[in-house]
Amino acid sequence: MDMIDNDTETLVYSRPNSLTDVSTHYCPGCTHGIAHRLIAEVIDEMNIREKMIGVASVGCSVFAYNYFNFDFVQAPHGRAPAMATGVKRVLPEKVVMTYQGDGDMASIGMAEIVHAATRGENITVFFINNTNYGMTGGQMAPTTLPGQKTTSSQNGRDVETQGYPIRAAELLSQLDGSSYVVRRSLNDPKNIRLAKKAIRMAFEVQLRGLGFSMIEFLSICPTNWGMSASASMTWLENNMIPYYPLGDYKVHPAVAEIKI
Amino acid sequence: MARELMKGNEAVAEAAVRAGVAAYFGYPITPQTELLEYMSRRMPELGRAFVQAESELAAVNMVYGAACTGQRVMSSSSSPGVSLMMEGVSYIAGTELPMVLVDVMRGGPGLGNIAPAQGDYNQIVHGGGHGDYHSIVLAPANVQEAVDFMALAFDLAEKYRSVTVVLMDGMLGQMMEPCELPAMLPMKTEFPDWAVTGAKGRERRFLTSINLNPTQQEITNLRMLNRWAQVEANEIRYREYFMEDAKYAVVAYGSAGRISLSAVRTARAEGIKVGLLRPITLSPFPREAIYQASRKLDGMLVVEMSSGQMLDDVLAATRFTVPTEFCARIGGVVPYPDEVLDSIRNLVKGPLTTEGHPRDRWLKRMAERN
Repeated sequence: MDMIDNDTETLVYSRPNSLTDVSTHYCPGCTHGIAHRLIAEVIDEMNIREKMIGVASVGCSVFAYNYFNFDFVQAPHGRAPAMATGVKRVLPEKVVMTYQGDGDMASIGMAEIVHAATRGENITVFFINNTNYGMTGGQMAPTTLPGQKTTSSQNGRDVETQGYPIRAAELLSQLDGSSYVVRRSLNDPKNIRLAKKAIRMAFEVQLRGLGFSMIEFLSICPTNWGMSASASMTWLENNMIPYYPLGDYKVHPAVAEIKI
Repeated sequence: MARELMKGNEAVAEAAVRAGVAAYFGYPITPQTELLEYMSRRMPELGRAFVQAESELAAVNMVYGAACTGQRVMSSSSSPGVSLMMEGVSYIAGTELPMVLVDVMRGGPGLGNIAPAQGDYNQIVHGGGHGDYHSIVLAPANVQEAVDFMALAFDLAEKYRSVTVVLMDGMLGQMMEPCELPAMLPMKTEFPDWAVTGAKGRERRFLTSINLNPTQQEITNLRMLNRWAQVEANEIRYREYFMEDAKYAVVAYGSAGRISLSAVRTARAEGIKVGLLRPITLSPFPREAIYQASRKLDGMLVVEMSSGQMLDDVLAATRFTVPTEFCARIGGVVPYPDEVLDSIRNLVKGPLTTEGHPRDRWLKRMAERN
């Protein structure tokens, strides 16, 4: 900021207030940075930073509380929706979000996410699907695609012995308790704008007391995928979007009426 | 206030309500379920939080979340369910948060049965979850004590930022006894400076148990240990019966302590100079009290509804200097006062020895008995 000469330059892009002024530990090219920034921008725009309580999970986003500039707690592996339930039930006026990866939410935390959704907990879940366990070095996740090579599916995921990927948005959309469940992608400017709009909608749902909201973000993991960031984006487009179609899977009629 | 006839589990629930519990999260499991059922109607009636979770794992993590806000929160369960909760208990301890847990113990290991037992002693008293931490453990011997210990449990949990467990068993949970309930306390209106409540007009706060830097983790663990030293200095509780002139003493807690008291009274009537030392805080354990008492004794008898889990702590407290015998029923079998009385008589009869291990002699007697 100090480098800007206010006489000759106009600041058009700065760090949102809802992000702390530190470097993250995320790998170069990782889309966690995009997701963090979008969430922070929306929180700034809605002026809800002082009402926010975040729940970090276990995985690459374990240190999310270092990067978001609002109150945060850090959950055991998979338990973020349960912890968020505890926070929200005693502080119903606050805005409570979890930030979870695919191993955390769709594997070890499957019971917690399904039951938080089916109870219609008035919380918002941000789900980062990058098809592998990033933090531990790229093992097979519940979202790893058939045939995809990981450090624990070294010949490619064999669905005969290792099962099929879980489509979390579709699964949670089937529950009567969920109000807003969508899948977005962080691969290009258009999709990133759509992702931001969905974040706004999810927080509106919570602020209006309309219940459970979840956004799945198709994300990349260049380090563990062994690709450049741009090749990863192409891989996402060619492989993930066909298996995990983008779209709105559950929009409760009361949510559909919200105009943003 | 008039005494009311109440079932242990329900009395404990109402006592927690009156102690100002803001949120309860639990899961059905016998012989604890009435506590959950009572809360399911009582908490919403008062506008407080109640969730029947999908598992004990979720329940304890709901407690974890709510505890982060500085409110009074609790859960309850029974042995197998408590095992499931141990992940969250360790995280709560590691984050230095107050939490109250009621464990209504049943027979085990495994699914075991739903009869009263004390087999969770090691799990609850000596840790349970992973990592270096201590929990405060209170062991009531009757419904009134269980009621009285609920407010105490919340106070201790908050004072020492500690997990506090009220360790009951299926007998105390299921029995009906007259008890006097405390007055309804007002809800907390002031919250500690670590509570996560939304960063309105202040710096943001975060609560976590992760500490990737081992040196920092060591500092945290030492801080917790120093706080624990304060607990050991200030909070040891036990009760003595007929100990003034006793030459023999029974050491027993909870239901086993209550049954032992009946046996001790009968033995006294027979002229045996026996007393009862009943630990109330199992953690911190009344080591010094037992040691001081033991120095005046000819022999001790430890009575448990587990296979000598507390016995080892008692022997260590006596520094293995006092002849000790052991009497127990396990697996959900509750000892009769007569069995304890026979053990007291046998203790007096001798031979008194500090050789060998009392558990081995007990096991041999159990084999002969069958």
